[in-house]
Amino acid sequence: MIVQPASIDELAEVVPAHARLRVRGGGSKPALSSPLPGVTTLDLSALTGITEHTPEECVFTALAGTPIAEIERTLAPHRQYLPFDPPLAAAGATLGGTVAAGFNGSCRYRFGGIRDFLIGARVVDGRGRVITSGGKVVKNAAGFLLHQALVGSCGTIGVLAELTFKVFPAAEAHATIGVEVGDVASAVRVVASVQRAGIDLEAIDVVPPKRVWLRLGGFRSALSTRVAILQQAIGPNAMVLYGEDDAAVWRQAADVSWAPAPASLVRVPMTLPVLPALDLCLAPTHAPRRYTIAGNLGLIAWPDTLDTLDTMLRDLGLTGQVLRGAPERPWLGALAPNAFEQRLRTVIDPDGRFAGVPAGR
Amino acid sequence: MDRDDLLAALARLVPPERLLTRAGALSAYESDGLTAYRARPRAVVLAESADEVIGTVRACHAARVPFMARGSGTSLSGGAVPIEDGIVIALNRMNRVLRFDPEARVAVVEPGVVNLAVTALAVPHGLYYAPDPSSQSVCTIGGNVAFNSGGAHCFRHGMTANHVLGLRVVLGDGTVAVLGGDSLEQAGADVTGLFVGSEGLFGVALEITLRLVARPAVYRTVLAAYDSLQAAGDAVSRIIESGLLPGAMEIMDRLAMDAAEAAVHAGYPTGAAAVLIVECEGDAAQVAEEFEQLLRILSASGVAHTHIAADDEERARIWKGRKSAFSAVGRLSPDFIVQDGVVPRAKLGEALATIEQLSRTHGIRVANVFHAGDGNLHPLILYDGREPGAHDRAEVLAAEILRLCIRLGGSITGEHGVGLEKRAFLGEMYNEVDLDCMRRVRQAMDPHGVANTGKKLGPPSGATASHGLHPLERAGVISRA
Repeated sequence: MIVQPASIDELAEVVPAHARLRVRGGGSKPALSSPLPGVTTLDLSALTGITEHTPEECVFTALAGTPIAEIERTLAPHRQYLPFDPPLAAAGATLGGTVAAGFNGSCRYRFGGIRDFLIGARVVDGRGRVITSGGKVVKNAAGFLLHQALVGSCGTIGVLAELTFKVFPAAEAHATIGVEVGDVASAVRVVASVQRAGIDLEAIDVVPPKRVWLRLGGFRSALSTRVAILQQAIGPNAMVLYGEDDAAVWRQAADVSWAPAPASLVRVPMTLPVLPALDLCLAPTHAPRRYTIAGNLGLIAWPDTLDTLDTMLRDLGLTGQVLRGAPERPWLGALAPNAFEQRLRTVIDPDGRFAGVPAGR
Repeated sequence: MDRDDLLAALARLVPPERLLTRAGALSAYESDGLTAYRARPRAVVLAESADEVIGTVRACHAARVPFMARGSGTSLSGGAVPIEDGIVIALNRMNRVLRFDPEARVAVVEPGVVNLAVTALAVPHGLYYAPDPSSQSVCTIGGNVAFNSGGAHCFRHGMTANHVLGLRVVLGDGTVAVLGGDSLEQAGADVTGLFVGSEGLFGVALEITLRLVARPAVYRTVLAAYDSLQAAGDAVSRIIESGLLPGAMEIMDRLAMDAAEAAVHAGYPTGAAAVLIVECEGDAAQVAEEFEQLLRILSASGVAHTHIAADDEERARIWKGRKSAFSAVGRLSPDFIVQDGVVPRAKLGEALATIEQLSRTHGIRVANVFHAGDGNLHPLILYDGREPGAHDRAEVLAAEILRLCIRLGGSITGEHGVGLEKRAFLGEMYNEVDLDCMRRVRQAMDPHGVANTGKKLGPPSGATASHGLHPLERAGVISRA
């Protein structure tokens, strides 16, 4: 069964009428949103639109089902952008889905992720109550930051109905540096050394086995000087891309087009020191993969059954979130039970409408 | 366990020299940075380990006696005022750095580590801890976490919540939970972000994983003097509109400036009605261009004159003046209330003009120091507590300023938290459904309601307060100095 509320009031009415609910936005992360037997699909694609945008304030509010692409189109004329670089916009990703999945893109390296830019939300709880958290100003310490807990909650705590973000001015120009390295270990050394080069980077991605991508953004007039400093730090094996060539590299990263279906797409939060060990496990499988955000996120296109990857991640103490693949198994690897999260869930979803769906850790 | 058993239980947890019960020893813990409120705790536990904190929390839970964990007690909202006859858990001795990993860019610290000590540790590795509340040389990370502290550089860097990646906490019933981790990216619900800013109502942070960031290669700092406060506020709007992204934008009015100047000789211009401090940060080439554009905007903003910090030393002096403004105002007035409301940045000019008017109407001096880039006001309402009724009159003015912030679409607090001081106003910002949700979340984490009872959400009975006599005062729980 599918229900499709077109307003927050309708959403609040619909929720208590269904025993089990699974939220769907644009369907770009199907493992989190595809229909399950006995579970009502709560389709938010009609709950759409930017409800407030004050460019001079660098703040906007939009309904959860609003496509990322629409928001980017609205911000662009004001030379503003979403610094968390939401992926899968071309595949129809929505604002609510991006927040619920906690899915940041490569260029979040520069200024921060969803958690750093989400300043408020309206959330519908399991009893249909509409709860306001945070506000519409960039700084706010009143109340609890409930909206923060919805980031990455995969629709298992409450339903995001409306979100307010702060945004930043977009860079005037960009440049990309592609570095050819011998192996993953030297890629990690490049990542560590460019982070110490004194140049602020927008993105640092490692694409095994031999590529590191760096992106800079800023004033056009300063770009070539900054590129030169970086080239000096890196050495001779670097190519520099501008304009459409630069954009294409990061479009491919945002679209995750290097990981075509039917391979499962798994998101793995991690740190740079763990990268070599993880890649050592993954390399023999030839699974396409990319380490983004200076080694803080692994994205793996897993062609096989998820059991092997599950064991691999558990052994490394890492957790994997399945974004595309079998919907029955949203989490892989090390799963620590978390009393705080469980208790929060009993408050927001006392009847288990959302948590009953296999996405809760 | 009853209340009398509690002290015996605590005596089994810590040696006698770390369990304070005598009046003289307790008096140091009676209040915090909001000195108008004080309360006498039953005992203070000087904790030295996470296990001692957990043991104390469990004992308090069992005895249903409220506790309040505190660091250096710099809270400006009464967040670290003890609960009358409750237990204080003093965390300053838990000041170890448990792990420092410059490659992963994290530091795991105990709650009693001082904010600036984290940066001191990280700087040799080209890193630092970005949140910089004015009290950073003494305030602790535990307190920063509890109150989601801000600082002068939030415009670009965000608040404490944006710099805490993971936590090990003890909840109000003694349950220990691990939230988040080392990565910038989270697996699952970002409950770390929810714990930050909970003002101690969920429990106590035992270990905090902090994100460290690269230290900007270059800072360029400019002081711009204006003939009116509104003109300085308007200049901030121009800068934001232009698409520049300075690290900090701060404004001080003449009263605050004169006080700071007298205290630390920061080199602020004399005679100006307001000074705007703008700082650009980043790599050299980028900052050079940004600073040039900034100066162009400033020169077209009706600025009286500008002064560029010549070197690091001068920059440090400018910031020292700004960060000591609160204490410097003590030279102007024996007592003051600091408010911390936020308004949309485009409404800064309007807010400041209204505050000026309110100040005149009430005949009470107000000094203004604020984080202009965030729309975060810090009006300092000056009064003399020895004068009968003066504090109450100051609080009436403070209330009007808070309501102004709500009316303009802002918040009652940007970074100081609700604490004791602004509890009556939370209900004007959020509706009953929102507040009910907050109370239920709190209850789930702290079923007996013992963790920093009475702060933020008010007493469990839901008694309403008026600005004037504090409800806890009326109930005899706290009293004024």
